[in-house]
Amino acid sequence: MANKDTHYVAPLDETPIAAVDSVSVAEKPSNLWIDAWRDMRKRPMFYISGVLIILVTLVALFPGWFTNVSPDTNCLLANSNAGPTAGHPLGFTKQGCDVYSRIIHGTSTSLSVGIVVTVMTAVLGILFGAFAGFYGGWLDSLLSRAGDIFFSIPYILAAVVIMSVFSKNRDVIVISLAIGIFAWPSTARVLRAEILRVKNSDFVMASTAIGVSRFRILWRHVLPNSIAPVIAVTTISLAAAIVAEATLSFLGVGLPPTFMSWGNDISQAQGDLRTAPQTLIWPSLALSITVLAFIMMGEVVRDALDPKARALR
Amino acid sequence: MSEKNTVEPLLEIRGLKVGFSTQNGDVTAVNGVDLTLMPGQTLAIVGESGSGKSTTAHAIINLLPGTGKITEGSIKFNGQELTALSESELEKVRGRQIGFVPQDPMSNLNPVWSVGFQVEETIKANGVASGKKEIRAKAIEVLKQAGLADAEKRLKQFPHQFSGGMRQRVLIGIGLSANPQLLIADEPTSALDVTVQRTILDHLDELTKEKNTAVILITHDLGLAAERAEQLVVMYRGKIVEAGPSREILENPLHPYTQRLVAAAPSLASRRLSSVKKDSSVAEFDLSAVAAQRTAAVAAKETVIQVTNLCKDYTIRGGSGLKKSSFSAVKNVSFSIARGTTMALVGESGSGKSTVAKMLLGLEKPTSGDIVIDGLRVADLSAKDLFGLRRRMQPVFQDPFGSLDPLVNIFNTIAEPLVTHKVGSRAQRRDRVMELLDQVSLPRTIATRYPNELSGGQRQRVAIARALALKPDIVILDEAVSALDVLVQAQILALLHELQQELGLTYLFITHDLAVVRVIADNVCVMSKGEIVEAASTQEVFDNPREEYTKKLLEAIPGANIKLGNKS
Repeated sequence: MANKDTHYVAPLDETPIAAVDSVSVAEKPSNLWIDAWRDMRKRPMFYISGVLIILVTLVALFPGWFTNVSPDTNCLLANSNAGPTAGHPLGFTKQGCDVYSRIIHGTSTSLSVGIVVTVMTAVLGILFGAFAGFYGGWLDSLLSRAGDIFFSIPYILAAVVIMSVFSKNRDVIVISLAIGIFAWPSTARVLRAEILRVKNSDFVMASTAIGVSRFRILWRHVLPNSIAPVIAVTTISLAAAIVAEATLSFLGVGLPPTFMSWGNDISQAQGDLRTAPQTLIWPSLALSITVLAFIMMGEVVRDALDPKARALR
Repeated sequence: MSEKNTVEPLLEIRGLKVGFSTQNGDVTAVNGVDLTLMPGQTLAIVGESGSGKSTTAHAIINLLPGTGKITEGSIKFNGQELTALSESELEKVRGRQIGFVPQDPMSNLNPVWSVGFQVEETIKANGVASGKKEIRAKAIEVLKQAGLADAEKRLKQFPHQFSGGMRQRVLIGIGLSANPQLLIADEPTSALDVTVQRTILDHLDELTKEKNTAVILITHDLGLAAERAEQLVVMYRGKIVEAGPSREILENPLHPYTQRLVAAAPSLASRRLSSVKKDSSVAEFDLSAVAAQRTAAVAAKETVIQVTNLCKDYTIRGGSGLKKSSFSAVKNVSFSIARGTTMALVGESGSGKSTVAKMLLGLEKPTSGDIVIDGLRVADLSAKDLFGLRRRMQPVFQDPFGSLDPLVNIFNTIAEPLVTHKVGSRAQRRDRVMELLDQVSLPRTIATRYPNELSGGQRQRVAIARALALKPDIVILDEAVSALDVLVQAQILALLHELQQELGLTYLFITHDLAVVRVIADNVCVMSKGEIVEAASTQEVFDNPREEYTKKLLEAIPGANIKLGNKS
C-alpha cells in the first residue's frame, strides 16, 4: 500500500469527489432564534412550565372561570380558620373567607406586579445598557455610574423605604415602580457586556463601511445579537418580582389589605401556622409553583439561546 | 527501495476508522486509512478542513476530542499495538516516544505559568532527567536547541512575553524534549507569518535530521508539504485519495482531487505559468489560467486612487502610570492605483496594511497625509459626501464568519447597501439582489437562508455580492481569501477576476500571501513596519526583487524552491 516509493491512488469509485462548496438547501432555514425555538420544543420542561404559565395567566385574567365563591364578601367569622368543607376545598382564613377563592383572586395582583416590574426593568435596562455599551466614552461612564448607584442599594431595602413614603396611596403600580426602579441595573450590565462584545464584530464594521448610521447599526445589528441573555435574565426576574411583592406585603409595607394578594394572605396567616396550617400553606404553594414555572421557563430559554450549552448536552 | 524494505516500519496504520457521536447520530471522520512510516522519514498529510487529517494524527496518540473514538483498525508503533494500550500505558508513549506539536502557539501554552515551568514539567513527566538541577539544565538545553538565544533568562518569562514564533519554538522544544522517535506536528506554523514559518520549519528540519526523528506533518498547504516531506498523503473526506513521493505527486497527480489541489495552490500555480495543461476537470480551479490572462500588459489608465504621505499614529498608554507614548502604524505611505487594475498591498502582521485600508474606507482618520479618490480629497469631504463616496468604494473583509450578521438573512444582507442608500423601489431591489446572487454563482433559493448555514466560501460570495450591490468602482479586499480552503480560495479568486473583467472594477487587494498576489495583482506594494519598502509591477517584484525584505518574503513562500520539471 502506501509504501515507500510507491504511488498509491485510490480507486475513483470509492472516493467520488463532490462539487466544491456546493450549497445544500435541503434543510429548513435556521438561525439562532429558529434553532432555539426548535430546541425548546424538544424539552419536557418547556411544556411543563409553559402549561403552568398559561394556567396562571388564565386564572389571573378570568378568576370567575375557576371559582364563584366571593373572596372577601360573605365571610363568616363562624368559619374562622375552619378546615375544608363542601364547596370550600381548602378551608377558611382567620376572617372566615374562602382560601381557594382568595388564592384565585390574588393571582392577578402577583402576576401584574411581575409583568409591570419586568417590562420596566427590561426597558430601563435595555436603554441604559445599549447606549452605555454602544456609544461608550463619557456617556458610558455617566450611565454606568448611574447604574452602579442604583445597584449598590439592595432593591428590597429601597422598596421598603419607597413604600413607607407612599403609605397613603399604595397600589399595584406604586409597588411595581418601587421594586423596578432599583432592579434594572443588573439587566443593563448583562446587556452592556454583550454589546461591548458584539459591537466589535466585523459585520458592524462592514455596515459602517456601507454607510449605515450608528443608530441603525445599534438597532438592527448589535441589539438583536446581544438581546438573548437579557431575555433569559428577564424571565427569571419576573419570578423575582413576584417574590418581592409577596415579601413587601408580608413585611406590611406592600399592598394594603384591601388588595387580594398572596403576600398579604401569607402575612396574615403567619400567626396561625399551628392551628390552621392551610391558611399559610396553600397561598405559599401557589406562590412557589408560579415562581418555579417562570424560573424553569427562564432556564429553558437560557439553555436554548446558548448554543455552547446546547452542544455540551 | 529493496534495502529500505528490510527496515521495520516505525508506524503502521491499517484500516483506521474514527467516529464521532453527535446529536444527529454517528459521523465517521476517518474512514479506513492505511499509512506506513519508516524511521527518520518525514510524511505530510494534506487536505482541506474536515478531511480528517488532524483526526488521523490525533488518533495515533489517542488525543481525540470529546466524543471521538477509534472504531476500527490498528495502529502499530514499533511493533506495539497502540489501540490496545490502557490510558496509563499510553501516557508512557506520549511525549517519550511520540512527541506532539499543536497548531495554535497562542493558546497552547498556559498563560499563568512561566515558560520554564512548563518545559520542566514535560521533562519531569517524561522522566528525561531527575533532580532539580538536572531538570533545569535540561530545560535550558531544550530551549537552546529550539533556537531561543538567552534561554536562562527566558525560562522565567511568561508566554505573553514571547512572540508567536518564539512560542512555537518552545512548543517544538517541548515536543522534542524527550527525543521521541516520532514527532506529530499539527499545522505547526499556520498561525505564523511566512518568514517566521520558514525559519521555524528549517529549524524543525535540522533538529529532526540530527536526531533521526520521524515526522508526521499535517498541513493544508500543498506547497509546504511538498517542500518539507519526502512522502505525501492526500486526504479527502476521511479517506486517502493519493499517497506517494511528494515530487511524483506534484508533477503527476493522478486522482482528480489531487489534480484540483495542485491546480488551485497559488504558490504552485504561479510557477506553472508556462506549462499550462488544459484539462476540463480542473479548469474551474486552475489559477495559472487566471494568472496567464493577467500578464497581458496593462495599458496606462487614469489614476483613481492617489495616496500621498499617509501617516497614522496611535497613542498608547505606557507601561507605568498615565504616561502616553505614540506609535506610528503607518509612515509616509504613498501609492496610486489606476482604474480597472488590481494593486496588492503585501506585508506581514503588524505591517500596517489593514490600517491603510481602514483609512481609505474612512473607518479611521489619518494623522496626516492625503487620500484623493477620483479627484476628491477624502479629508475635505462633508459627512454627506463621504456617504456618497461609500457608494463607489466597498469593502470585503477577511473573516467570512464574522462579516455577516448571523441574524439577518442573505437577502436582507445583500440588500442593506441598497436600502441604506435608498436605491430603487422594493421590486427593483429584489431584482438587483437576485442578479447579484447570479453574479457570484449562488443559487437564488439561498436568499431566505441565514449565514450560519453557509460555508466560508459561500459567505465570502455573499460578502462580495453585498460589496457589489451599489455598483462601486473600487473594491477593497482586506485578506478576503486568507481564511478559505485552497480550492474555495481558487474559486473566489477566479470569481473576483471574472467580475473585474466584466465590470471594470478597481481592486485594492490586501494580503500577507505573496503567492496569491502573483495570480491576482497587476502592481504590488510591499509593506514592512508601516512603510512601503518596494513598489513595482507584479512581474518585476517576482522576477527582480530589489529590496532584501522582498527577497526574504519571496523565498519564504512555501514550495517556492520546488523545481517543477516539465516531464509530465
